[in-house]
Amino acid sequence: MNDTANPLIEVRGLRKYFGAGPQPVRAVDGVSFAIREGETLGLVGESGSGKSTIGRMLIRLLDPTEGQIRFKDRDIAHISQRQMRPLRSSMQIIFQDPYASLNPRMRIRQILGEALDTHGLAKGKGERQARIAELLDLVGLRPEYADRYPHEFSGGQRQRIGVARALAVEPSFIVADEPLSALDVSIQAQVVNLLCDLKDRFGLTMLFISHDLDVVEFLCDRVIVLYLGKIMEIAPTETLYHRPQHPYTQALLAASPIPDPAQRHKDRPLLVGDIPSPANPPSGCVFRTRCPHALPACAETVPALAEVAPGHWKACLRNDLHPLSMKGTSQ
Amino acid sequence: MNEPITPRLSVRGLSTSFMTDRGRVTSVSDVSFDIPSGGTLALVGESGSGKSVTSLGLMGLHAKGSQAIVGGEAWFVKRNGERVNLLALAEADKRRLRGNELAMIFQEPMTSLNPVLTVGEQIAESVRLHLGMDRRDALQHAKKMLDLVEIPAAERRLHEYPHQLSGGMRQRVMIALAMACNPTLLIADEPTTALDVTIQAQILALIQRLQKETGMSVLFITHNLGVVAQYADRVAVMYAGRIVETAAVGPLFAAPQHPYTRGLLACLPGMAVRGSVAKSRPRLTAISGQVCSPFEPPPGCAFAPRCALHIAACDTAMPPLAALADGRQARCIRVNEKIEMTA
Ligand SMILES: Nc1ncnc2c1ncn2[C@@H]1O[C@H](COP(=O)(O)OP(=O)(O)OP(=O)(O)O)[C@@H](O)[C@H]1O
Ligand SMILES: Nc1ncnc2c1ncn2[C@@H]1O[C@H](COP(=O)(O)OP(=O)(O)OP(=O)(O)O)[C@@H](O)[C@H]1O
Ligand code: SF4
Ligand SMILES: [Mg+2]
Ligand SMILES: [Mg+2]
Repeated sequence: MNDTANPLIEVRGLRKYFGAGPQPVRAVDGVSFAIREGETLGLVGESGSGKSTIGRMLIRLLDPTEGQIRFKDRDIAHISQRQMRPLRSSMQIIFQDPYASLNPRMRIRQILGEALDTHGLAKGKGERQARIAELLDLVGLRPEYADRYPHEFSGGQRQRIGVARALAVEPSFIVADEPLSALDVSIQAQVVNLLCDLKDRFGLTMLFISHDLDVVEFLCDRVIVLYLGKIMEIAPTETLYHRPQHPYTQALLAASPIPDPAQRHKDRPLLVGDIPSPANPPSGCVFRTRCPHALPACAETVPALAEVAPGHWKACLRNDLHPLSMKGTSQ
Repeated sequence: MNEPITPRLSVRGLSTSFMTDRGRVTSVSDVSFDIPSGGTLALVGESGSGKSVTSLGLMGLHAKGSQAIVGGEAWFVKRNGERVNLLALAEADKRRLRGNELAMIFQEPMTSLNPVLTVGEQIAESVRLHLGMDRRDALQHAKKMLDLVEIPAAERRLHEYPHQLSGGMRQRVMIALAMACNPTLLIADEPTTALDVTIQAQILALIQRLQKETGMSVLFITHNLGVVAQYADRVAVMYAGRIVETAAVGPLFAAPQHPYTRGLLACLPGMAVRGSVAKSRPRLTAISGQVCSPFEPPPGCAFAPRCALHIAACDTAMPPLAALADGRQARCIRVNEKIEMTA
């Protein structure tokens, strides 16, 4: 589905409910999408919308409640951890917190070496050394840094070590879960450039999770907008940012502050209220309680994710709304 | 109306040092700025650049244990027109001012909300203390404040505890608490950093509305340049404890003067996407390296180790914050050379 030629990953009807009983937390509630080989797919949405849960299920750090995850034509959604083992080196994750995700008592050499050893990727000491130097070089760090401990690095350097560790096992797929949010802007730019390079050089396939809409626009080929565990809209990046169709996407973009005082928002519509609890989501369209365009029908029917233009999908009952032209209106 | 108008707050040469394991260290030096009545100054800079230290010093809120030494002057014009130096006030006067004219809100509302008091009780207690109202009037006032900050079902919320509220609601309660005493200067230290963009937009619109209605001045601390561009009148950019550039918001974004500010704006993916002509993805112009340690400051300009325009003369002394045209200032010896920076 979702018009994806050559998918590396294809997800169907994926669900994750936390907790049993009559009101489980519906963290992810029936999402379907695909990621092409070499593509960077962005995943955006407010806190608690289920982004990390999706990312963790894709690489089976979390067991899905329901649904399929096809990776290279094999459904891995429910296979055992033992069956997952040989696939582990193909799928890696980069976490948000560069401080917490590296073992403080291990030198960088050990951190990277461990990743190589686990998957038997470097034979002999010489090859191991060379590979570590190569990885450090790849992420723009000097080879002599291999003998340092994580605390001797800045946030951006630590995040680059996290990237090097993920790349050590030559994965074909990476989940990057808010890899920039702990970093200052000047350091963020270093990591963004690194991710761009890796994409261009190795054709890495990536799920890029972020709440920074500007970074997503910069880095991603296509974007999924998530709300309360459901997909609201999927489109190629440029289409999504310039002709968003779903009221939630429109609201999200309108709320994102443009770093240009010459383009100040004037009387833009603000979303009212908070995101509802995923344990008790609204009936019908989950966005309807905050939607400025909701009709009585929106409480009755769950809108299907439907293709509105080639490659552009949205889940909204209303087809009579004008796609807002979000950008460049001031020129 | 050609008389110079006295700013609400006029900070001159503010410095702050702390006692640490490795001896006394200076975190903030030579910070000077003005905030006009009703105006908004944004203080921007990376993590550790000294934004919070500056604001806590103005409020007189440094922890006792940190043995902070605060130097300089901060002239504040009270509602009655009296001018006082915030940094030289007696503790009791400072406390009185904090309840009445100066208010501060933080990134994490839970640090300033009392978890065992209901929302209504904490606002009421504060107005009883500072405005001398009796219990009933104070509770009535608390409800009015919740309405003011657009909290729905205020009557019910009065009886709820902070942990029962969402992050956005807590931030509103903290603003209500700050506004309860009708401040003339609000210091907001990253008030929206922990919030989602949709909630951030609500809170910023709220602060703007309150500012318009009350004429208060705002010192807005943030590292989000998008927020600065959308909301500030003037901007002061901090780097390693010093202001490196000040300007009105339009000129600052249109033509940043200090190499650090220029680098910072070039880092922004939003600017890169908008600025790109070709279909291909542009690269971001990252600033190389990292901020210097406060224990080993470089001999001259603190930005020198990362600066693309660095020359030997930069290392002789800390450059002064020099006045430029149009009321701008920049702390760089090469600022008048009009050098093109290329990536
Ligand atoms: N282990 C868990 N047990 C119970 N609920 C959970 C668990 N993990 C996540 N949740 C809930 O699932 C929902 C989705 O969480 P998730 O972490 O995927 O959101 P997110 O989109 O990544 O948010 P953020 O932007 O804050 O990282 C949230 O309501 C969260 O509280
Ligand atoms: N009590 C203290 N004792 C010693 N050093 C301190 C103390 N408070 C702050 N500092 C130091 O002063 C410098 C400036 O810190 P400050 O909190 O003002 O940064 P900031 O600009 O607010 O950063 P952020 O964006 O992370 O909030 C930092 O190097 C910090 O470590
Ligand atoms: S389906 Fe209705 S409530 Fe949902 S986004 Fe569309 S208009 Fe709004
Ligand atoms: Mg997450
Ligand atoms: Mg701070």
